[in-house]
Amino acid sequence: MEKIWKIISSLKLTVILLGLSVVLVFIGTVAQADEGLYTAQERYFKHWYVPYFSFFGSKVPVPLPGGYLLGTALLINLIAAHITRFKWGWKKSGIFMTHIGVIMLLVGQLATDLFSRETQLRFAEGEKKHYSESAMDYELAIVSDVNADTEEAVVIPMSLINKGGEIKHEKLPFTLKVKEMWPNSDISFRAPMENNKPPLTTNGVAQRFHFVEEALTKEMDKKNIPIVIVEVMEGQENHGAWVVPGWAGDSTLVSAVHFDYERRAGHEAATAISTALSKPQTVEVKGKSYSLSVRPVRAYEPYSMTLLKTTHAVYPGTEIPKDFRSRVLIENPKTQEKREVDIYMNNPLRYSGLTFFQSQMGKDELDRSRGTSVLQVVRNPSWLTPYVGCLVVGLGLLVQFMIHLVGFISKRRAA
Amino acid sequence: MRKIFSLILFAILALLSAPVAQAESLDFKSFGKLPVSFNGRFQPLDSLARNSLLQIREKQSLYLKEEKRTMPAIEWLAEVMMNPEKADGRKVFRIDHPDVVSMLKLPEKNEAAGEDGKHYSWNQILPNQDALSGFDAEQKRIVKIEASHRNPFERAIMKLHERLVLYMRLKSTLQPPDAKDWAAEVANYKALIEPGVAAVRAQQAGRQYDEDAFDRFVNYAQRFDVMNRFEAPLVVPPHHPEVPKDEWMRMGEALLEAARGEKMHSSVEFYGSIVSAYRKGEPALFNQKIGEYSASLKPEFTKQLKKANAEHFYNSFQAFYRAMVLYVIAFLLACFSWFNMSKWLRISAFWLIFTGLIIHTAGLIFRMWLEGRPPVTNLYSSAIFIGWGAVILGLILERFYKDGIGSVVASMIGFITLVVAHNLSLGGDTMVMMQAVLDTNFWLATHVVIITLGYASTFVAGFLAIVYLARGVFTNGLTDALSKALSRMVYGIVCFATLFSFVGTVLGGIWADQSWGRFWGWDPKENGALIIVLWNALILHARWGGMVKERGIMNMAIFGNIVTAWSWFGTNMLGIGLHSYGFMDSAFKWLMVFMVSQLALIGLGLLPIKFWGSAKNLSKGDDEPPVKPGKNDKGAKKADGKLATA
Repeated sequence: MEKIWKIISSLKLTVILLGLSVVLVFIGTVAQADEGLYTAQERYFKHWYVPYFSFFGSKVPVPLPGGYLLGTALLINLIAAHITRFKWGWKKSGIFMTHIGVIMLLVGQLATDLFSRETQLRFAEGEKKHYSESAMDYELAIVSDVNADTEEAVVIPMSLINKGGEIKHEKLPFTLKVKEMWPNSDISFRAPMENNKPPLTTNGVAQRFHFVEEALTKEMDKKNIPIVIVEVMEGQENHGAWVVPGWAGDSTLVSAVHFDYERRAGHEAATAISTALSKPQTVEVKGKSYSLSVRPVRAYEPYSMTLLKTTHAVYPGTEIPKDFRSRVLIENPKTQEKREVDIYMNNPLRYSGLTFFQSQMGKDELDRSRGTSVLQVVRNPSWLTPYVGCLVVGLGLLVQFMIHLVGFISKRRAA
Repeated sequence: MRKIFSLILFAILALLSAPVAQAESLDFKSFGKLPVSFNGRFQPLDSLARNSLLQIREKQSLYLKEEKRTMPAIEWLAEVMMNPEKADGRKVFRIDHPDVVSMLKLPEKNEAAGEDGKHYSWNQILPNQDALSGFDAEQKRIVKIEASHRNPFERAIMKLHERLVLYMRLKSTLQPPDAKDWAAEVANYKALIEPGVAAVRAQQAGRQYDEDAFDRFVNYAQRFDVMNRFEAPLVVPPHHPEVPKDEWMRMGEALLEAARGEKMHSSVEFYGSIVSAYRKGEPALFNQKIGEYSASLKPEFTKQLKKANAEHFYNSFQAFYRAMVLYVIAFLLACFSWFNMSKWLRISAFWLIFTGLIIHTAGLIFRMWLEGRPPVTNLYSSAIFIGWGAVILGLILERFYKDGIGSVVASMIGFITLVVAHNLSLGGDTMVMMQAVLDTNFWLATHVVIITLGYASTFVAGFLAIVYLARGVFTNGLTDALSKALSRMVYGIVCFATLFSFVGTVLGGIWADQSWGRFWGWDPKENGALIIVLWNALILHARWGGMVKERGIMNMAIFGNIVTAWSWFGTNMLGIGLHSYGFMDSAFKWLMVFMVSQLALIGLGLLPIKFWGSAKNLSKGDDEPPVKPGKNDKGAKKADGKLATA
């Protein structure tokens, strides 16, 4: 037992772990070019174990310890060393501080990984939003009107749909039979002369658009757009099959399609196409209509934000952005707040446990005079730990090296 | 003592000897000081000229074989802007890729015919319509490929495309490129505005109109519109009082503004006379008009004129070039001082580096003042700053140890980083405006400066280790005492490198958290910085644990050079993430050369001591293998106990 303790707390283990960390970070960085930033991050740094790795285009079947494993091992090694080997002394105060700071950083980063959430708030000037949306994940929403003002939504996460089979919900008078689920897809308009393949289904959006399944994307600036094909069953009665594309439920994708067709077919045709795309997929069951859509996962907040004005300045005669700025009105019925605020680069808004960052800026594709803005919305309860951790480590290192330096200089003086 | 004085005198002479002034009748110096707004910032025409020629030809000047003289950038730019027919014949477009040369059907290398196989003129490239359409098709294909995925041929095509576009932009700066006597055309145009506008109005209303006036007027308008479309540099200051003083216009815009019934801008007419005087070879008139024009700008645009003047001075002073020359000389002196043990050589080297440092610092501060920014804003300035930091550290070591080692390291890193900076400057303007997310002096001053100091100190440790190896293996000059002293130096510097790189890295994370809500995004540049921290921490722990001794630490410190070089440049070459500046072909080659050379040095360092030149001077103790496994804990305890006194 004592032997194991010795190994766990040994400096040799520290050096080995640091060495492995250097290797992992290097390989995980180079692999980003092959696997894409997001996948590489997940696979190398946010896992315990990496079964194989890519290196400049080739796959190497050698397993590596993952980021979680190395981080945890370093943490244990450090704590064990303090329990067994280290004796407190003023001359070692710097090392103690440094180690405490490192522990804070490691734990803080783990907490961030576990508890943080990132979503995006997209709106056009004049638009009011109660929710932000995930940039990566989608959900299937079945929305029905309760009355003129209120809708009721049943939301089914993609993970459930991925399992296939039948989906039932007490609020729904029908069953959804999942026929297909494509994690990524492409879309094209079914122009009469160009695309003569039969439609995927005879209902809704599939009549006007053609969809194909695509491989998962690796590039950082592209996202996977899922498509779900479901059959609506009311008991034994089949209400038909519906293609529910992520393309239609995501306003940015509708804009992207518009932009694409505008270049090819002009503004009017593009507007007609994007309007057709964003029309809801509606099923009538028991005299009530339900619209189906695959949309980015939403996070609702108990307050609203309205985009009042966007500013997008560039340096004269160039395309280099000089200033991105959104003026936003916050209305919170709970606190009776109603105030305006500017959100711009390097000046985020921190509000009710969330932080809103200026992320992108553009123009509404359908109405070019209207500015649009995307705010990155982050919830990270442990955001403060790196600030404190950095300070503690920095001070610790400084103190320790000053102790060395003073010792060194006085020794030289004496010599 | 005399030696030192003569050396210092020599150095000062080298500094004062400004580039040989040429007896020229056209006053290009004053012309070069005229302000222009390009890349979003004000600069003198001289900077535009230098940066453009660097981008197009990879040199700041042009050698004219027939005239047996060097044409400075500003003279070349004047010709491009004011007499493009002549400029079109100059072989300025550098093409390195043989496939691009053959695709464009350009002549191969043939000294007798005056073809160097590398530089071609606009007139050689353009008339081959067939070849050019092939070039266009290639360019359209390649532009869709992500920059990091392009092969060398594709990058060469894109490079040439950028060069041609830049050239066309420059040609449209002062006049439509096809103008013959611009001053006369401006006068004609001015007289034509009234009848021209009337003719256009009448035509639109379906009435009788003056067809001649209409055609000529529309023709002018079209030519001016084309000038604008090329996105020429902005040379015309605003003349409406409500427009901010720094929102300048293109010449084409000013000309079209007049067509809409505004008063003809005085700059248009001034430049008209300047261009025609140049074209007709009337130096007196050229110089006089430039003088009048800058005087006319003075009351309202003092700020822009001052900026242009200051930057003109900065350009001609070439501080970093001068510092680089001094560092080379000092490096040689310091190396020689080891062989004949001359105290004077060593002291001269020290003071030469010190002089170099003063010039280096002056250049750095001047640059900061011109940009209104902290010292590091891009890769170019990071090279300058790393060199600066390393030179200071090296000089401090020299002050302490007085053995020439600090000087050798200081001058070597100073020289290499300034060479790197020079090569980076070939990419064009090094003072481009920063995009919004980077536009924060606070983080540039803290995160970027500290992390760059981390790079600098890691390099100093690595180069100290190289000195240790070089002296140990190749000379008999490495003694136990020297070895100990060097090891202590490396240890101390690694300590500071750890501090700087750690704090710098975490500050970067905090900046990222402030800007887009993500403390750590595993971006390549972030990871590169993290690796430096981990590596330095590893060195320190390995030493504390007694796992390595002097030689091991030295080898690890040399590996630190590889780690730092990768973090500094390699990460940018992956073409991913927010810090990526695009792939750099030749830089990649040199990075590889550097890394391989460092590995070779580590290989040398692993040679058993008995093969070393200094084997006799070194006690056997250092050749022992590192502490055996199992014993390390004892070693660790001992080391921990000794830490405070180490």
